[in-house]
Amino acid sequence: MARVKLDNYVVPAAPRLGFRGWLRWIWRQVTSMRVALILLLLLALASIPGSVLPQWPQDAAATRQFVADNPFWGPMLDATGFLDVFGSAWFTAIYLLLFASLIGCIAPRALHHWRELRRPIAATPRSLARYEGAGPETADVTVDDALARARAALRPRTGRAGALTGYRVRIDRRKDGSVALAAETGHVRELGNLVFHASLVAVLIAVAYGTLFTYRGQAIVVEGRSFTNAVAAYDTFSSGSLFDPADLDPFTLRLDSLDAEFSDTGRPLHFQANVTFTEPGRDAAAEEISVNHPLESGDAKIYLQGNGYAPVITVRDAAGEVAFSGPVVFLAQDAAYTSTGVIKAPDVTTGEQLGFKATLYPTFLEGPFAVASIHPDPANPVIEMLAYTGDLGLDEGVPQNVYRLDESRLSPVQDEDGQPVTLRLALGETVELPDGLGTVSFDSLPRYGAFDLRADPSLPWLLTAAVLTLAGLATSLFASRRKVWLVATSEDGTTVVTGAAYAPAHDTGVGAALERAMAAAVGRAPAPGAEEREDA
Amino acid sequence: MNNLSDLSVMALGGATVLYAIAMVAHAIRLARVADDKAAARSAAREAVAVGAPAPAHGLPVAEAPVASSPGGRAAKAAGIAKATTFMGAVLHGVGLLARGLDAGHVPWSNMYEYTISGSFFAVVAYLVLQRKRDVAFLGAGVTGLATVSLGLALTVLYKDVDTLPPALQSYWLVIHVSIATIVTGIFAVSFIATVLQLMRDSRDRDVRWGGTRFRWLEAVPTAANLEALSFRLNAVGFVLWTFTVMAGAIWAEHAWGRYWGWDPKEVWSFVIWVLYAAYLHARTTQGWAGRRSAWLAIAGFTALIMNFTVVNLFFQGLHTYAGS
Ligand code: HEM
Repeated sequence: MARVKLDNYVVPAAPRLGFRGWLRWIWRQVTSMRVALILLLLLALASIPGSVLPQWPQDAAATRQFVADNPFWGPMLDATGFLDVFGSAWFTAIYLLLFASLIGCIAPRALHHWRELRRPIAATPRSLARYEGAGPETADVTVDDALARARAALRPRTGRAGALTGYRVRIDRRKDGSVALAAETGHVRELGNLVFHASLVAVLIAVAYGTLFTYRGQAIVVEGRSFTNAVAAYDTFSSGSLFDPADLDPFTLRLDSLDAEFSDTGRPLHFQANVTFTEPGRDAAAEEISVNHPLESGDAKIYLQGNGYAPVITVRDAAGEVAFSGPVVFLAQDAAYTSTGVIKAPDVTTGEQLGFKATLYPTFLEGPFAVASIHPDPANPVIEMLAYTGDLGLDEGVPQNVYRLDESRLSPVQDEDGQPVTLRLALGETVELPDGLGTVSFDSLPRYGAFDLRADPSLPWLLTAAVLTLAGLATSLFASRRKVWLVATSEDGTTVVTGAAYAPAHDTGVGAALERAMAAAVGRAPAPGAEEREDA
Repeated sequence: MNNLSDLSVMALGGATVLYAIAMVAHAIRLARVADDKAAARSAAREAVAVGAPAPAHGLPVAEAPVASSPGGRAAKAAGIAKATTFMGAVLHGVGLLARGLDAGHVPWSNMYEYTISGSFFAVVAYLVLQRKRDVAFLGAGVTGLATVSLGLALTVLYKDVDTLPPALQSYWLVIHVSIATIVTGIFAVSFIATVLQLMRDSRDRDVRWGGTRFRWLEAVPTAANLEALSFRLNAVGFVLWTFTVMAGAIWAEHAWGRYWGWDPKEVWSFVIWVLYAAYLHARTTQGWAGRRSAWLAIAGFTALIMNFTVVNLFFQGLHTYAGS
């Protein structure tokens, strides 16, 4: 690539580029191989912070924590896109430029390749001395027959299939009476390269299309309960900008049971949700959803993403009336499913509202200094909780986190010594709150499944583009680019054939290809091992 | 501990010892071949300059097989190197097989297992290559790498067999991770060829590399031939890596409900892919072919190793079971 002087006013003789000239110059730079290379390197470099720093889309909680912990760097990195690298302006700029470069590069090459395919290949060079050679050898047939045999060997199949799999061949009768055969292969390689690069563009388009139309939602369903597919029913829901909520198929999914198997040491072995799945207008069907085996429904797939316990708790107030009763979703905090949850009982008939911060130990064990769960199975489930009274803060209409207790207007329930009271309940037990505030019971311990529903209409397109990418790449890297030449002359009635071949340095099989053509021309068997080495 | 895991560890330990012996034998052979070449050269200088046949045309012809050079000491070292490498690979394979039978699943589900299988595939790639042409000059590097990997695996990374967590219970574990592990082996062999290429190139053009300390480099092929060899390996590796990334995306779609989420492991797989793509472009870009593109291949392999080590151990992501 020529070095271009930006300031060509200093050279009076140099023609000024003008606006269109500059545009053309910029375009040529953008589509040059060197710029493509630099953009690729930039792309690799720009990705790395995305694996080192916490990222909003991947882990919002960790990112929030990071910003809070680093008052200087946090907001600065956030503002410059380092906490959402793959959505940042600079990352986008790099890959869009790269793809502009890619399109600018392959479109003219595709055109060139098309023309090239319709043009005859170059004739045999005058002198073959510069190349790896073979012969001279004598043949027992005429000059023309010898080269016809070589042509058949280089291109065994006729017609279009032959053009794809074999060499392109031309045979010329030269002025000096000799006959020259030129054979070339490499058009398949170039085709593969073009398919590869074009498919990369297709991958990008498919991804963009998917981003616009995709949707995903998360819902937690307790054993024995049902979920109906609608945006409002999800705990969280996100979708692409062109997604239409009316597209949701209003199925219902009932979680009949959730099987969770663990080894003796508490390692997870298998999770499976047994569900009853009812699509509108269809009979209910029993289905299984497990990790790696989502349930498909139309465009959408339903994944089992997590599980845990949702103990059923009943809270009675001072008057003995039920203030709260139902399953409460607890979130597992460790591998033994020590889980935490919050119970809010705003609907008391008398007195103040009640709130509880609770920890569930599925297999409870009390040691000298601490309590713990020693296995994720519910062998000895115990809930410990702290009770609070006061105002839960639910009446302001501000949505609250169901896993958090807003303690600002609550006070812990204390014993006579002023210490917060820890209540401990085994499964089936009821305990009384101090001061006649009421009772709490731990009635049963169902599990829940955390389901993820996702639809992405681009997937079949994406897969197609990916397969084409791979096929194009393999063709482009493994198909060879070779030239083979044979020149046959008649010396005193005897046919004498000389040959030569050319290929890029890494192609060690070209000698064998030449040997095969030569052997065919002179009518002998190829040297042993030639076939094997040819595609080596 | 049971019989199978004892067998596995013993076989892998035996393989480590054999590889170490093979590495020394390979290194000795290289030094001897270089000595013989130097001796032959000075002998030729003393003799009257005879019109040696010019190298055939422009094409690189396979170097004369160095193993068959007349030096008997080199031949002896080559024989030992060959036998110990092969026996090491057999024991290595037995160790892997026993590990797989013991665990009841393919032996590539945690770092210990990746390391023992990745180094196995590196040695196998070398042996397969060796059947096609003489690449004994790679032997010292390959067996050296295998010795270090196996040694580290057995001492630092060792984990008793365990059941597969639900996320890994999928045939994609066989498809995706096996290809990833095989690619690592291929890229490792190519990496050694690339390092040799840069060293040989340095010796040919830089006086600081001229001393006897690097004389063994005379026994390896020319930089251009090494470049051609590592390109072929990298090309195979790149296609398989592309497949690995795609298979991973399909698996992620099945297991996690998204085909790509820029999880640290995915980020690094992408970085590796882009670096090798840059390498392939650099080979055909003026001013980048040769040394600079070789450095890109080295950067690609470094990122690959990062992905198997640092990313597994220190970065939080969905792939974290890999570190256990
Ligand atoms: C998304 C960006 C790109 C990627 C991932 C990519 C990847 C690759 C890969 C893997 C190869 C080697 C396989 C083959 O020969 O087909 C290759 C070759 C090639 N690429 Fe790209 N490429 C990209 C952009 C570009 C651009 C922008 C250009 C034009 C400037 C370009 C021009 C070429 C050419 C000419 C070759 C053939 C080199 C040869 O003769 O072996 N590529 N590309």
